[in-house]
Amino acid sequence: MFRFIVRRLLQLVPALFGLSVLLFIWLHKLPGGPESAILGERATPEMRAAIRENLGLDEPILVQYGRFMRRLIRLDLGTSISTKREVTTEFLERFPGTVELALTAMLIAVALGIPLGYLAARRRGRFLDHVSVAGSLIGVCVPVFFLAYVLKAIFAEHLHLFPSSGRQDPTINATRVTNFFVLDGLLTREWDAAADALWHLVLPGLALASIPLAVIVRITRASVLEVLGEDYIRTAEAKGLTERVVRNRHVLRNAMLPVSTTIGLLTGGLLSGAVLTETVFAFSGIGAFVADSISHRDYPVLMGFIMIIAVIFVLVNLIVDISYSLIDPRVRVR
Amino acid sequence: MALLEVEELSVTFRQRGRRTVRAVDGVSFSVDAGEVVGLVGESGCGKSVTSLAIMGLLPRQAGVTVEGRADFDGTDLLRVDRRTMRDIRGRDIAMIFQDPLSSLNPVLPIGRQVTEVLARHRGLSGEAARREAAELLDRVGIPDPTRRLREYPHQLSGGMRQRALIAIAVACRPRLLIADEPTTALDVTIQAQILELLKELVRDSGTALIMITHDLGVVAGMCDTVNVLYAGRVVETARRRPLFTEPRHPYTVGLLNSIPRLDGGRGERLSPIPGSVRDVLPWADGCAFAPRCSRQVPSCVGGPPALVLTHTDRSYRCVNPVPPAAGPATPADSGTAPAPTAGGSAAGETRTTAVPAAREEESA
Amino acid sequence: MSMTERARRKAEKLDRLGELAAARDDERGVSLWQEAFRRLRRNPAAIVGAVILGIFLVVAVLGPFFVPYGPTDTIGIREGLVKSGQGIIPGPSADHWLGFDHQGRDEFSRLVVGARQTLLVGVVSTLIGLAVGAVIGGVAGAAAGLGGRWGRWVDGILMRVIDMMLALPSLLLAVSIAALLGAGLDTVMIAVGLVSVPVFARLLRGSMIAQSNSDYVLAAISLGVRRSKVALSHVLPNSLAPVIVQATLTLATAIIEAAALSFLGLGNPDTAVPEWGVMLADAQPYLGIRPALAIYPAVAIIVTALGFTLLGEAMREALDPKLRK
Repeated sequence: MFRFIVRRLLQLVPALFGLSVLLFIWLHKLPGGPESAILGERATPEMRAAIRENLGLDEPILVQYGRFMRRLIRLDLGTSISTKREVTTEFLERFPGTVELALTAMLIAVALGIPLGYLAARRRGRFLDHVSVAGSLIGVCVPVFFLAYVLKAIFAEHLHLFPSSGRQDPTINATRVTNFFVLDGLLTREWDAAADALWHLVLPGLALASIPLAVIVRITRASVLEVLGEDYIRTAEAKGLTERVVRNRHVLRNAMLPVSTTIGLLTGGLLSGAVLTETVFAFSGIGAFVADSISHRDYPVLMGFIMIIAVIFVLVNLIVDISYSLIDPRVRVR
Repeated sequence: MALLEVEELSVTFRQRGRRTVRAVDGVSFSVDAGEVVGLVGESGCGKSVTSLAIMGLLPRQAGVTVEGRADFDGTDLLRVDRRTMRDIRGRDIAMIFQDPLSSLNPVLPIGRQVTEVLARHRGLSGEAARREAAELLDRVGIPDPTRRLREYPHQLSGGMRQRALIAIAVACRPRLLIADEPTTALDVTIQAQILELLKELVRDSGTALIMITHDLGVVAGMCDTVNVLYAGRVVETARRRPLFTEPRHPYTVGLLNSIPRLDGGRGERLSPIPGSVRDVLPWADGCAFAPRCSRQVPSCVGGPPALVLTHTDRSYRCVNPVPPAAGPATPADSGTAPAPTAGGSAAGETRTTAVPAAREEESA
Repeated sequence: MSMTERARRKAEKLDRLGELAAARDDERGVSLWQEAFRRLRRNPAAIVGAVILGIFLVVAVLGPFFVPYGPTDTIGIREGLVKSGQGIIPGPSADHWLGFDHQGRDEFSRLVVGARQTLLVGVVSTLIGLAVGAVIGGVAGAAAGLGGRWGRWVDGILMRVIDMMLALPSLLLAVSIAALLGAGLDTVMIAVGLVSVPVFARLLRGSMIAQSNSDYVLAAISLGVRRSKVALSHVLPNSLAPVIVQATLTLATAIIEAAALSFLGLGNPDTAVPEWGVMLADAQPYLGIRPALAIYPAVAIIVTALGFTLLGEAMREALDPKLRK
């Protein structure tokens, strides 16, 4: 098992290496060249010349790449053009927010999606089944940002049930420990701060959860249907086991296998969706910052954030792979 | 009083856009305590569906209709409520299926799959359950049973998996065991072992056994009573010896004749039953086997052939049965008696000799 | 053996192979598609999807010829009816069925003309993804299945490239590509197209590899047919069905991703040209005044994407070889 993990981690190295090369090329191919990438598009010719000398942008490409890699390894990702702060700092400050949002969305999707998918499969051909299938088809066709706007318009601005923006009510003086607002509130026992942060997560969480929810319902339903037709379920029934035991120990345990892989694969989509959702709700996570950076042409931020996200994404996929081999005894590495 | 009394069991499958299929069309048979009863027939004759209907394991959909009675020790299994049926299954009646690999849950260890039935019906748990499970695995001939408890189905061989399934079935000492083609998916050498195991278990515990198979060899080795099924109905019932020595229904005769014999002479042709399972009449219109039957007479068609009962445990459904004196073609006999082969060659001869016999029985 | 003798034998071999392949095609090609079509006809979801798509295509292709007003004609401002600064944007009326947009243009005309742009974006980006993906995946699969050790090496490299494309979530990948190319409609098409490359690559590769192991390919090779000919004329056509299904489904997501890119400001900077994604993005500031301006293009996008999805899913079920009798 351990060797399996090490082997997979080592396979990551060339992929990440290739990624860094791509990013380097990307940086140099940006309109305006790397000087614009660092200084922004409004740089004067003098500033550009200064930067070129400063950073040795006239030196051979391989030397530049070497310097680039050295900076990467030191985790120096440059400075944001718009906020003038280090890219790494900006990332670390905003990342917890996105994590909270993503976790909320995933929680909603799983807690609603799996039971719904299961029930749809059990009541095949009946009303719930048709509604679930229809819902899951429509769910992937609705642009996330539009859904976010609709939710915001109806539940926040019209009905005033939820806050319409931000992560926390500015009038609440919450103490920051980890920058995970809900967690902070719990740790410092500021229950109102925690509850308020949670409340701010509901609408964006729902919007972000729409696509994962649709996918989970579909996969669960298909998986349960397939398992229900298997012989070992017939054996379980022939043993006279109770409905609950058959469902939990035999049907679900087998049906959840493909569902778990899917959940892992959905995390990527969550990050994409977060960019859109956070923008609509002015939720200060990395997603909103990416969107801002796009409109401000803040290339250092874009490059840095994309690099980090790629690494995270690849690691998450690796974890998913490993955990799958833990769940399914047939796949287990001896 | 029979342990299990099945009366006019019918199972109909209706699906939108497809023909209605009467998989089981009025099956009746009985099983006494401790008896081994065989249900024999080709694929598609309804024997598996019969057993699933008795166990209440047919899909509970709108298109599936079950009629008739299946009286188990006073309870009609076809009419009992679901909860009671779940209690009966595994505890009083247990079933063994055909494909041992797909019949076991791939993500549960073998031990768990045994102990869960012990927990359900015998209230055993923890160490006591594990000990009993190991003992059961040992009883069915699985070596090193304690280690096996923790292994998964894909780690066992086909024969061992089937033994495990048998262990699960007999775990709660059921009074009736139903085995649906338990050896078909196994190697020939393993087949014999599994059948021996079943015979032993049944003998030692006094459990009744319904053996579903298409293999007459299996029947010959194990069954006390045999029911031959065709197109969803029982066409002949007999105790083992009379069935093989004095088959009455032409289909039974055909089945027996189509077995290749080692002691047949060289160059002797195999005699399959002509036509195919699809050349069938609905029972309501006459004898379903008539299109393929060499002994067909006009009265075969028009209405379902009545059940003729000769002794308490001997019956057949034919208006023109094979006369008792003429047995199946054995090499010793082929020269003497007019052997009714399934091929067309002796058709004319058999028909003329048979017709007076049929008329006799009709008027009787 | 003389030249003519060799040529004759080769011709015989090819004939025999042709018969084999034809028998294969007859058995699989005709009946697969025919049976699939029959199954589709009975599927209500497929019918709904097809109807939606039919309407969409008609509107996209023919609509612009029949619209009442020019899509870029700022009538409303000229006639003083629209004062978006003051929050006045008139809604539906007899002359303007869906009212005006924030720049005084007829919303209905823009919606109709926008269909064409949206169709263009969807089709072009899907074709880009399909073309690039099919080439990469097809070569990789053929190399892996038929190329021996050298082939497997080629396959390995190509798959690494695909993996790198998959290292980023789709939107971010599109964003990085768009950042390189600058904002614009073709940027959106290329970016969205490249995002779908891995899907097609994997599909073709899988199909090629699976078929390389099938009996008729082995037979062909053993009869002496060159591997490249086998790949092109026999394996490729049989991979067609899943590719068509995937292309249909990808079209749906392409439209939505294009809308997302427009929302982020990477779409066509000349917002006069109507495209549903751009229209949806532009409507954001005016949600308080006239939310319908966002709802019209959004509904159009959703319904069209749904149409493609329904048809695509129905086709997938219809062409599923596992469900064949």
